[in-house]
Amino acid sequence: MRPVLAESVAAAENVRDYLAGQERKSLLRFLTCGSVDDGKSTLIGRLLADTRQIFEDQLAALENDSKKHGTTGDDVDFALLVDGLEAEREQGITIDVAYRFFSTPKRKFIVADTPGHEQYTRNMATGASTADLAIVLVDARQGVVAQTRRHSIIASLLGIRHVVVAVNKIDLVDFDRELFDKITADYLEFAKSLGFKSIVPIPMSARYGDNVTTRSERTAWFSGPTLVEHLEMVVVDDAAAEGPFRFPVQYVNRPNLDFRGYAGTVASGTVAKGDEVVVAKSGKAARVKRIVAQGGDLTAAVSGQAVTLLLDSEVEVSRGNMLVSPTERPQVADQFTANIVWFDENALKPGRSYLLRTETDQVSATVTELKYRVNVNNFAQEAAKSLEMNEVGVCNVATQAPIAFDAFAENRVTGAFILIDRITNATVGAGMILHGLRRAENIHWQALDVGKRERAIAKNQRPAVFWFTGLSGSGKSTIANLLEKKFHASGRHTYILDGDNVRHGLNRDLGFTDADRVENIRRVAEVAKLMADAGLIVIVSFISPFRAERRMARELMAKGEFVEVFVDTPFEECARRDPKGLYARALEGKLKNFTGVDSPYETPESPEIHLLTLGKTPEEMVDVLETWLHERDLAEEYQAGDGI
Amino acid sequence: MLARLTHLDRLEAEAIHIFREVAASFAKPVMLYSVGKDSSVLLHLAMKAFYPAKPPFPFLHVDTTWKFREMIEFRDAMAKKLGFDLLVHVNEDGVRDNINPFDHGSNVHTHVMKTVGLRQALDKYGFDAAFGGARRDEEKSRAKERIFSFRNAQHAWDPKHQRPEMWKIYNTRVSPGESIRVFPLSNWTELDIWQYILQEDIPIVPLYFAKRRPVVERDGMLILRDDERMKLRPSETVENRLVRFRTLGCYPLTGAIESDADSLEGIVSEMLVARTSERQGRLIDRDEAGSMEKKKREGYF
Repeated sequence: MRPVLAESVAAAENVRDYLAGQERKSLLRFLTCGSVDDGKSTLIGRLLADTRQIFEDQLAALENDSKKHGTTGDDVDFALLVDGLEAEREQGITIDVAYRFFSTPKRKFIVADTPGHEQYTRNMATGASTADLAIVLVDARQGVVAQTRRHSIIASLLGIRHVVVAVNKIDLVDFDRELFDKITADYLEFAKSLGFKSIVPIPMSARYGDNVTTRSERTAWFSGPTLVEHLEMVVVDDAAAEGPFRFPVQYVNRPNLDFRGYAGTVASGTVAKGDEVVVAKSGKAARVKRIVAQGGDLTAAVSGQAVTLLLDSEVEVSRGNMLVSPTERPQVADQFTANIVWFDENALKPGRSYLLRTETDQVSATVTELKYRVNVNNFAQEAAKSLEMNEVGVCNVATQAPIAFDAFAENRVTGAFILIDRITNATVGAGMILHGLRRAENIHWQALDVGKRERAIAKNQRPAVFWFTGLSGSGKSTIANLLEKKFHASGRHTYILDGDNVRHGLNRDLGFTDADRVENIRRVAEVAKLMADAGLIVIVSFISPFRAERRMARELMAKGEFVEVFVDTPFEECARRDPKGLYARALEGKLKNFTGVDSPYETPESPEIHLLTLGKTPEEMVDVLETWLHERDLAEEYQAGDGI
Repeated sequence: MLARLTHLDRLEAEAIHIFREVAASFAKPVMLYSVGKDSSVLLHLAMKAFYPAKPPFPFLHVDTTWKFREMIEFRDAMAKKLGFDLLVHVNEDGVRDNINPFDHGSNVHTHVMKTVGLRQALDKYGFDAAFGGARRDEEKSRAKERIFSFRNAQHAWDPKHQRPEMWKIYNTRVSPGESIRVFPLSNWTELDIWQYILQEDIPIVPLYFAKRRPVVERDGMLILRDDERMKLRPSETVENRLVRFRTLGCYPLTGAIESDADSLEGIVSEMLVARTSERQGRLIDRDEAGSMEKKKREGYF
């Protein structure tokens, strides 16, 4: 194998010359996508084999594997070269993206082979996020199908501007030109609004190699390039190199008091020693004093380079902030509109708090509004209350603190983010920012002279939020009521937010779907926060079935202020008590989305107070609460009104 | 007009970015230092990423007690020269049970001394992120792995449920006990590694260069008899042959190749015309189909 290389080395003067030539080659990153069984993995195997990237021991293993798992009869099954997981070889499908490397005399390539199954769309998106070109495979016998469209839309959303439509298995339709022309026309019609700069259709047989590296005589009617010719020639412009300077600060390097370096990768544009830069979030300006690298300072750095910058003045900069061009600045806002691709089995719920992460920044964020879901078949904008796995939608997002960003269309680095589930830490979604929202720019915090501390001192107490959670009928309201009476008797200023009562007023527009429950809790948590800010001891009595929202409420409050009280009464006992007759109706199926029946209750994992109510009176439960308060000396602190 | 970044410049920048991301996001990272050429490149990149500071994490070598003697000498010399914090861990249970590649075979030996040893060390120090030098071009299950690769509290990899990895935005969140394996060299090929070693003049273990060495031909491989623990079979003889190694591991499990390449240029030109992959010299990969994936699921790097 690989005699090509031997010849090229011999042709070059020596190895160093040969390597220098290799270094000057440009790199193209692309992915293969499309529906299941359209031949993506086979195509990559064919590319690797025809560009002579496969070693003899690998080929021997492949021939072995083909006999065992192959789907191509007596021929070598090239797909087995890339389907590297046991489960993939056994099932004959691709589950996760594989990255392969090859080069031709003209260019180097990194190719991501991505899965076709809809359930693995997130893995296709992973491969697409770092690619500049997509090969969309279409089975000539099937034509353009839903998954062709879904993958094309996702590729477009993720910023890919160049597409090859590989009309594969052309051998199985007798190299039919009319069929090829029809598929091409179908695709062009569908893709005209996707913003691709180039769409190149090629009739192909990955299995037999037609028009992959060599021109096929069996498609003599085709005048376009072979796949490899096109991959070698296609011009992918580097928008980042031309854009305004962006430097997301990744790491502050402080080996000693005299050195404070801002380490990061230039996201776009260039920077030179002496340039003026601005800190994105504060607008403070400074000049670049040094560009530090091992082996000697640099005079300038370009996009893609990982460097350490020293500034001439002590401006406040930390990880998550950005150093930027003073004349062309990014947006800084806490509300924006974005395209979101959803990856997780648990649907995206507006109102739920997620962690939003950009390349170096991380903040709490909620989707405040799901504007619409995109139907991947016809681009229709559909109303939706949540985004299910693999769906794409346009959302308004609010972050707890402002972030610095550009529109994704202008900058693929500073315009992108991921969403992380706060409990499972799973990466649940990916976002591409469309634009900031004006309302965020125009509403500023009003500074107030009388603060929480002053208000609390006037009431001679420390504010707190006692958050009662538990099933309907568990005794939350009864115990909360008794606790408030005790507080009141000792002169404390309190307020109870009760689930049923709040639903008569503030939240009367909300129902009982998961999405509405999330919004219900978000509003109550915000109200509780305002009341604590007013200096009150707030008692919240809400079923609040989801961990994520209880955690969100906890994180809204000051440290130590939030006390989660789990009123733990078994389902059977609640159903037996059934003070409002709701269990009876729910169990008969007359009441939908009832917690514990057909809507889940997620038990608290580590509540501050765990009340086991079975066989106990409400008074005994309040005793437990009082003991807890005393043990923490909180009673005294409320007395003294300090510790704020 | 500024020069465009070369291919190696881009690979270097990507790796440095990854190093810094881990240092900024994790409480207790560590770099696995296995002394081979990939580790040498990784070490070089770590020094660059934090210059002028030292890398803000220690380096861990899981010593199976069967590494080539020259590897151990090289390791200690590098730690002294660069002044990094070197931790060496040996699975003492394995030593006590006298686990070795000759009596127990490569599978058991590698599992006990390497995989279990690694898990012990990670648990002992409570590391939440561990850098490794694995590359996607090495092996097909590695081609499937993320740059930030999640491990559960049992250090296991679940290849069917990997976290999506979008752009260069890495999800570094883990719960207590869980960890992330981080592979800054994911997108490097074997050629890139050698090219970078040549360009940056990175020191590597002399075993990579051809020299006359005492080898025994066994099971189709040339094994360097590095010490007396390797007993000769009746038909075997030790011959001094001109050999070198493409990869380095435990000496009884690593085959030498006949070669006269005694310079970096020589190694690279030999590699360019090679007919077999580098892992072909590794006995541990050939034990069974999908053996790398299996080992990785158990916690191997």
